[in-house]
Amino acid sequence: MSTATATAAAGTRPVRIVYFAWVRERVGLPEETLDIPTDLATIADLVRWLKARGEGYEAAFADEKIVRAALDHVHAKPNARLGNTREIAFFPPMTGG
Amino acid sequence: MISPLVRIQREDFSLQDEIGALSAGRADIGAIVSFTGLCRDEAGTLAALELEHYPGMAEAEIARVAAEAASRWPLLGLVAIHRYGLIKPGEQIVLVLAASAHRRAAFEAADFMMDYLKTRAPFWKRERRADGTLGGWVEAKADDDDAAKRWEQAP
Repeated sequence: MSTATATAAAGTRPVRIVYFAWVRERVGLPEETLDIPTDLATIADLVRWLKARGEGYEAAFADEKIVRAALDHVHAKPNARLGNTREIAFFPPMTGG
Repeated sequence: MISPLVRIQREDFSLQDEIGALSAGRADIGAIVSFTGLCRDEAGTLAALELEHYPGMAEAEIARVAAEAASRWPLLGLVAIHRYGLIKPGEQIVLVLAASAHRRAAFEAADFMMDYLKTRAPFWKRERRADGTLGGWVEAKADDDDAAKRWEQAP
Protein backbone atom coordinates (compact mmCIF):
# COMPACT_ATOMS: atom_id res chain seq x y z
CA MET A 1 0.00 0.00 0.00
CA SER A 2 2.71 2.41 0.96
CA THR A 3 4.56 1.63 -2.31
CA ALA A 4 1.44 2.43 -4.33
CA THR A 5 1.06 5.72 -2.48
CA ALA A 6 4.68 6.62 -3.16
CA THR A 7 4.21 5.91 -6.89
CA ALA A 8 1.08 8.03 -6.99
CA ALA A 9 2.93 10.83 -5.21
CA ALA A 10 5.68 10.80 -7.86
CA GLY A 11 2.83 10.89 -10.35
CA THR A 12 2.37 10.77 -14.08
CA ARG A 13 0.14 12.70 -16.40
CA PRO A 14 -0.97 12.03 -19.98
CA VAL A 15 0.41 14.21 -22.77
CA ARG A 16 -0.05 13.97 -26.51
CA ILE A 17 3.26 13.86 -28.34
CA VAL A 18 3.37 14.44 -32.10
CA TYR A 19 6.29 13.90 -34.48
CA PHE A 20 6.94 15.21 -37.97
CA ALA A 21 9.15 14.48 -41.01
CA TRP A 22 12.26 12.40 -40.23
CA VAL A 23 11.65 12.57 -36.48
CA ARG A 24 8.29 10.85 -37.15
CA GLU A 25 9.97 8.23 -39.35
CA ARG A 26 12.66 7.42 -36.80
CA VAL A 27 10.26 7.19 -33.88
CA GLY A 28 7.96 5.14 -36.10
CA LEU A 29 4.77 6.92 -35.03
CA PRO A 30 3.00 10.14 -36.07
CA GLU A 31 1.66 10.67 -32.55
CA GLU A 32 1.06 8.96 -29.23
CA THR A 33 -0.35 9.72 -25.81
CA LEU A 34 2.11 8.89 -23.05
CA ASP A 35 1.88 9.03 -19.29
CA ILE A 36 4.94 11.07 -18.46
CA PRO A 37 6.38 11.54 -14.96
CA THR A 38 5.27 14.86 -13.53
CA ASP A 39 8.82 15.51 -12.33
CA LEU A 40 10.01 16.03 -15.93
CA ALA A 41 10.42 19.80 -15.80
CA THR A 42 11.65 20.82 -19.24
CA ILE A 43 11.61 19.75 -22.88
CA ALA A 44 15.22 18.55 -22.47
CA ASP A 45 14.13 16.35 -19.54
CA LEU A 46 11.36 14.84 -21.67
CA VAL A 47 13.80 14.18 -24.54
CA ARG A 48 16.12 12.27 -22.16
CA TRP A 49 13.15 10.27 -20.89
CA LEU A 50 11.98 9.48 -24.44
CA LYS A 51 15.48 8.38 -25.52
CA ALA A 52 15.41 5.69 -22.85
CA ARG A 53 12.25 4.22 -24.40
CA GLY A 54 13.93 2.56 -27.37
CA GLU A 55 16.12 2.64 -30.45
CA GLY A 56 13.71 4.64 -32.60
CA TYR A 57 13.62 7.46 -30.05
CA GLU A 58 17.36 7.29 -29.62
CA ALA A 59 17.83 7.64 -33.39
CA ALA A 60 15.33 10.50 -33.61
CA PHE A 61 17.01 12.46 -30.82
CA ALA A 62 20.61 11.40 -31.55
CA ASP A 63 21.50 15.03 -32.13
CA GLU A 64 19.34 16.88 -29.61
CA LYS A 65 20.52 20.26 -30.88
CA ILE A 66 18.91 19.66 -34.28
CA VAL A 67 15.43 18.56 -33.23
CA ARG A 68 13.00 21.42 -32.61
CA ALA A 69 10.02 21.40 -30.29
CA ALA A 70 6.71 23.16 -29.81
CA LEU A 71 4.47 23.32 -26.74
CA ASP A 72 0.78 23.61 -27.58
CA HIS A 73 1.57 24.92 -31.09
CA VAL A 74 4.21 27.47 -30.00
CA HIS A 75 7.94 27.08 -30.73
CA ALA A 76 9.91 26.37 -27.55
CA LYS A 77 13.58 25.98 -26.56
CA PRO A 78 14.98 22.84 -24.82
CA ASN A 79 15.02 24.62 -21.45
CA ALA A 80 11.33 25.62 -21.72
CA ARG A 81 9.19 24.27 -18.88
CA LEU A 82 6.52 21.73 -19.75
CA GLY A 83 4.07 23.16 -17.23
CA ASN A 84 0.55 22.00 -18.08
CA THR A 85 1.27 21.56 -21.79
CA ARG A 86 -1.20 19.18 -23.42
CA GLU A 87 0.50 18.69 -26.80
CA ILE A 88 4.24 18.52 -27.38
CA ALA A 89 5.66 18.35 -30.91
CA PHE A 90 9.12 17.33 -32.12
CA PHE A 91 10.34 17.99 -35.64
CA PRO A 92 13.41 18.85 -37.78
CA PRO A 93 14.27 22.44 -38.76
CA MET A 94 11.51 23.71 -41.02
CA THR A 95 11.78 23.83 -44.80
CA GLY A 96 8.56 25.49 -45.92
CA GLY A 97 8.09 28.56 -48.07
CA MET B 1 -4.71 47.26 -37.25
CA ILE B 2 -5.63 45.00 -40.18
CA SER B 3 -6.63 41.35 -39.85
CA PRO B 4 -4.22 39.28 -41.95
CA LEU B 5 -5.68 36.44 -44.02
CA VAL B 6 -3.89 33.11 -43.50
CA ARG B 7 -4.82 29.93 -45.36
CA ILE B 8 -3.22 26.48 -45.29
CA GLN B 9 -4.59 24.36 -48.12
CA ARG B 10 -3.97 21.44 -50.43
CA GLU B 11 -5.53 23.17 -53.46
CA ASP B 12 -3.80 25.61 -55.75
CA PHE B 13 -4.47 29.36 -55.51
CA SER B 14 -4.85 32.18 -58.02
CA LEU B 15 -2.68 35.27 -57.65
CA GLN B 16 -5.18 37.25 -59.73
CA ASP B 17 -8.14 36.21 -57.57
CA GLU B 18 -6.31 36.93 -54.31
CA ILE B 19 -5.22 40.41 -55.44
CA GLY B 20 -8.78 41.04 -56.64
CA ALA B 21 -10.23 40.01 -53.28
CA LEU B 22 -7.70 42.10 -51.36
CA SER B 23 -8.25 45.31 -53.34
CA ALA B 24 -11.95 45.04 -54.29
CA GLY B 25 -14.02 48.12 -53.48
CA ARG B 26 -11.25 50.19 -51.93
CA ALA B 27 -9.15 53.10 -53.11
CA ASP B 28 -6.76 53.62 -50.19
CA ILE B 29 -4.17 51.03 -51.33
CA GLY B 30 -1.27 52.46 -53.32
CA ALA B 31 0.94 49.38 -53.50
CA ILE B 32 0.54 45.61 -53.46
CA VAL B 33 3.68 43.47 -53.42
CA SER B 34 3.22 39.78 -54.18
CA PHE B 35 5.60 36.88 -53.71
CA THR B 36 4.87 33.48 -55.24
CA GLY B 37 7.07 30.50 -54.38
CA LEU B 38 7.15 27.74 -57.01
CA CYS B 39 8.43 24.17 -57.08
CA ARG B 40 11.64 23.90 -59.16
CA ASP B 41 12.49 20.80 -61.20
CA GLU B 42 16.16 20.84 -60.01
CA ALA B 43 17.50 20.44 -63.57
CA GLY B 44 15.01 17.69 -64.38
CA THR B 45 15.87 15.45 -61.40
CA LEU B 46 12.78 16.24 -59.30
CA ALA B 47 9.37 14.64 -59.97
CA ALA B 48 7.56 16.30 -57.07
CA LEU B 49 7.82 17.65 -53.56
CA GLU B 50 5.79 16.24 -50.70
CA LEU B 51 4.99 18.97 -48.21
CA GLU B 52 4.20 17.76 -44.71
CA HIS B 53 2.79 20.26 -42.21
CA TYR B 54 1.66 20.49 -38.61
CA PRO B 55 -2.09 21.18 -38.79
CA GLY B 56 -3.16 23.75 -36.26
CA MET B 57 0.30 25.05 -35.55
CA ALA B 58 0.93 26.00 -39.21
CA GLU B 59 -2.04 28.37 -39.17
CA ALA B 60 -1.19 29.68 -35.70
CA GLU B 61 2.49 30.30 -36.42
CA ILE B 62 1.89 32.06 -39.75
CA ALA B 63 -0.79 34.17 -38.06
CA ARG B 64 1.75 35.18 -35.38
CA VAL B 65 4.30 36.16 -38.05
CA ALA B 66 1.60 38.09 -39.96
CA ALA B 67 0.51 39.91 -36.80
CA GLU B 68 4.12 40.94 -36.21
CA ALA B 69 4.39 42.25 -39.80
CA ALA B 70 1.15 44.19 -39.35
CA SER B 71 2.51 45.77 -36.16
CA ARG B 72 5.82 46.77 -37.79
CA TRP B 73 4.59 48.28 -41.06
CA PRO B 74 1.58 50.47 -41.91
CA LEU B 75 -0.18 47.77 -43.92
CA LEU B 76 -3.64 47.96 -45.47
CA GLY B 77 -3.83 44.24 -46.20
CA LEU B 78 -1.80 41.06 -45.73
CA VAL B 79 -2.38 37.59 -47.18
CA ALA B 80 -0.38 34.39 -46.69
CA ILE B 81 -1.38 31.12 -48.36
CA HIS B 82 0.75 27.98 -47.98
CA ARG B 83 0.00 24.66 -49.70
CA TYR B 84 0.73 21.15 -48.48
CA GLY B 85 0.60 17.72 -50.12
CA LEU B 86 2.13 16.67 -53.42
CA ILE B 87 3.40 19.60 -55.51
CA LYS B 88 4.97 19.16 -58.94
CA PRO B 89 7.65 21.30 -60.63
CA GLY B 90 6.14 24.49 -62.00
CA GLU B 91 3.30 24.45 -59.47
CA GLN B 92 2.79 27.10 -56.80
CA ILE B 93 3.68 26.47 -53.13
CA VAL B 94 3.27 29.75 -51.28
CA LEU B 95 1.76 33.21 -51.78
CA VAL B 96 2.31 36.40 -49.80
CA LEU B 97 0.53 39.66 -50.59
CA ALA B 98 1.33 42.86 -48.71
CA ALA B 99 -0.70 46.00 -49.37
CA SER B 100 0.10 49.51 -48.20
CA ALA B 101 -0.37 53.14 -49.14
CA HIS B 102 3.25 53.28 -50.34
CA ARG B 103 5.61 50.72 -51.85
CA ARG B 104 8.36 50.58 -49.21
CA ALA B 105 6.21 49.12 -46.44
CA ALA B 106 4.67 46.60 -48.86
CA PHE B 107 8.08 45.42 -50.15
CA GLU B 108 9.56 45.10 -46.67
CA ALA B 109 6.57 43.36 -45.13
CA ALA B 110 6.44 40.78 -47.94
CA ASP B 111 10.19 40.16 -47.57
CA PHE B 112 9.85 39.80 -43.78
CA MET B 113 6.90 37.41 -44.15
CA MET B 114 8.83 35.10 -46.46
CA ASP B 115 11.98 35.08 -44.33
CA TYR B 116 9.94 34.10 -41.27
CA LEU B 117 7.71 31.62 -43.12
CA LYS B 118 10.87 29.79 -44.21
CA THR B 119 12.32 29.47 -40.73
CA ARG B 120 9.25 29.33 -38.45
CA ALA B 121 6.25 27.87 -40.29
CA PRO B 122 6.03 24.12 -39.52
CA PHE B 123 6.34 22.66 -43.01
CA TRP B 124 8.81 20.03 -44.25
CA LYS B 125 9.66 19.18 -47.85
CA ARG B 126 10.58 15.75 -49.09
CA GLU B 127 11.78 15.03 -52.61
CA ARG B 128 10.41 12.48 -55.04
CA ARG B 129 12.98 12.02 -57.76
CA ALA B 130 12.34 11.81 -61.50
CA ASP B 131 13.99 8.33 -61.57
CA GLY B 132 11.16 7.00 -59.39
CA THR B 133 13.08 6.84 -56.11
CA LEU B 134 12.10 8.58 -52.91
CA GLY B 135 14.58 11.37 -52.20
CA GLY B 136 15.53 12.71 -48.81
CA TRP B 137 14.04 15.40 -46.64
CA VAL B 138 15.13 18.83 -47.82
CA GLU B 139 17.64 20.29 -45.35
CA ALA B 140 17.16 23.70 -43.81
CA LYS B 141 19.59 26.30 -45.15
CA ALA B 142 21.79 28.50 -42.96
CA ASP B 143 21.13 31.27 -45.51
CA ASP B 144 17.46 31.25 -44.57
CA ASP B 145 18.29 31.61 -40.86
CA ASP B 146 20.63 34.50 -41.68
CA ALA B 147 17.93 36.15 -43.80
CA ALA B 148 15.44 35.94 -40.92
CA LYS B 149 18.00 37.36 -38.45
CA ARG B 150 18.29 40.55 -40.53
CA TRP B 151 14.90 41.65 -39.14
CA GLU B 152 15.98 41.38 -35.51
CA GLN B 153 17.97 44.61 -35.74
CA ALA B 154 15.82 46.45 -38.28
CA PRO B 155 13.44 49.09 -36.85
